[in-house]
Amino acid sequence: MKTMEEIKAAIDAALPGAVLEIVPNPSPSGQRSLRLAPSHAFQVAKFLRDELSFDFLSNATGVDWPDKEISEKVKVARTVTKTVDGVEQAVEESVEETRKRVEPGCLEAVYHLFSIALGQGPLVIRMRTVNRTDEVELPSLTPIWRSADFQEREIFDLFGIVFTGHPDLRRLLMWDGFKDHPMRRDYVEPDDFEYEPTAHDEVLARAQAHRAAQSASPAGQEGTVSGE
Amino acid sequence: MTSTNKVAAFESARNKPEDWNRPPIIEPDGEGELLEVAMGPHHPSTHGVFRMDIALDGERVIRLKPVFGYLHRNHEKIGESISYLASMPFTDRLDYICSLTNNWAYALAVEKLTGQEVPERAQYLRVILAELTRIQNHASAIGFLLQEMGASGTPLMYAFREREKILDLFEGLTGSRMMCNYMRFGGCRVDASAAWLDEARKVVAGLPGFVDEIDRLLCSNEILMARCQGVGILRPELAINAGVTGPMLRASGINYDIRKVDHYGIYDRFQFRVPLGDHWDVYDRFMIRMLEMRESIGILEQALKDIPGGPVMDPKAKIRGFRPKPGEAYGRIEAPKGELGFYLISDGGPNPYRYRVRPPSLINLTVLEDMCLGQNVADVVLIFGSVDIVLGEVDR
Repeated sequence: MKTMEEIKAAIDAALPGAVLEIVPNPSPSGQRSLRLAPSHAFQVAKFLRDELSFDFLSNATGVDWPDKEISEKVKVARTVTKTVDGVEQAVEESVEETRKRVEPGCLEAVYHLFSIALGQGPLVIRMRTVNRTDEVELPSLTPIWRSADFQEREIFDLFGIVFTGHPDLRRLLMWDGFKDHPMRRDYVEPDDFEYEPTAHDEVLARAQAHRAAQSASPAGQEGTVSGE
Repeated sequence: MTSTNKVAAFESARNKPEDWNRPPIIEPDGEGELLEVAMGPHHPSTHGVFRMDIALDGERVIRLKPVFGYLHRNHEKIGESISYLASMPFTDRLDYICSLTNNWAYALAVEKLTGQEVPERAQYLRVILAELTRIQNHASAIGFLLQEMGASGTPLMYAFREREKILDLFEGLTGSRMMCNYMRFGGCRVDASAAWLDEARKVVAGLPGFVDEIDRLLCSNEILMARCQGVGILRPELAINAGVTGPMLRASGINYDIRKVDHYGIYDRFQFRVPLGDHWDVYDRFMIRMLEMRESIGILEQALKDIPGGPVMDPKAKIRGFRPKPGEAYGRIEAPKGELGFYLISDGGPNPYRYRVRPPSLINLTVLEDMCLGQNVADVVLIFGSVDIVLGEVDR
């Protein structure tokens, strides 16, 4: 089995310009992965299939990495007016400030490759979108491995990654008119809750909130079953 | 051009890998109009709630689009909102025929993530239970296939009679017939008593007779051969490219059994052969399951002979409330239906950050349209039955 470094070197030699990065994995499984730049991912995948005989794409899935708010302490030099001995003076002072920085999130597609011909694997490759809102395109690998067909449809459905080049990109599990992407971390379930007798307090509280919201808005009345 | 010639024509035109990313397009003959049929979601042959939108030219299928999601409950989202251990009973509900192999796949992925070791006796128990699961799954798959072929009742009841004995064993050990919830990270939940092992030996001793009986009943049955041979051909190149695994892949002649490739658990200690098909059709898929049952019986005999004493659980293993190091792991096993994998990402918290199931049933359906095109609509039921799916796993 070739090591990750050898695979990376082989790709670098064959496809100059393909941006590759080895992602470490500190867990005991030790399965490291190769991050591809989406611009060259298709060529790299083709190379992996044809030249390195990774002929079998086992698993394709998405991961959602939401925007992360990181607060860090920074030392800032500030001019402070102070009264020293009855006289107002401007004094330079170093103050510790907490600054908040938002690390932009992204959506990630992860593929697990195996080689049936050589009995090797897994080789994990991953690609990242630019952000989570408007630039969510990634190249589809379905033209290379057909097994990505339903799995990329599922990622599109549940995570909202748009795979360019996919032959038939439709929702797989949710219905066609559905709007949101349920596997995203910030997904909020729609409030279509119906009351059922239950011993669970949080369910009862939710049912009450739902009923209050329904009776407050006239639109909610339409939902009642006729003849009730 | 007859329909068989047409199938041969597009099959030979599809030897370029570039064309594998979509099913071929068949033109209607031009006489009469197309009939569009929604087969399912309540069609009795779909093993649950599954729909195929079929376009028919006469009796010939020229388009088939599977529609999923009727049983979707977002298993993966549930898995991300609860702890590692709490997902274990939910894995029983994926492929509810084979809950014990689901347990094993999940336990294996978590053990890879945390680096836990599994005691000897637990490894043997896992192998015994997984092979029993494989036998009862293949027996009922064959029974359902025959049921769909019109052999109403008898083969399925023969299979269920034997399955019942295996389910009784499961109940005796785990407390439940189907929702076993038995494996744990670093071992198994309870030990098997000597009486249970004796009972298991008795059941296993009776299994070759059952396989012989099914063999005599079905394998050279004229109707079965006429209906299955040459139907639903899946070319090996397409099978690999489309990620087909399990008995379906081996029926297409590819020697790929994860028990042999990965040697997960202790499978390198057992002698068994990997049966392969050479006609790539429905009959081969049926036959592979028959032969795999025999190999599984061989593994069971070896395992029940060699099983050592000792603990079934590492006493220091943490089962609940543990926080794996940040990282990820992909663990896979050869489940009766194909490669069942679990992909877990930990962010250091008590719940998995990402919990993904690689469902063999769903991915084996990728080629359903390719296998059905050009066939008669009555054969769609057979081809679909030979894939052997469970909707709890397809839709998750």
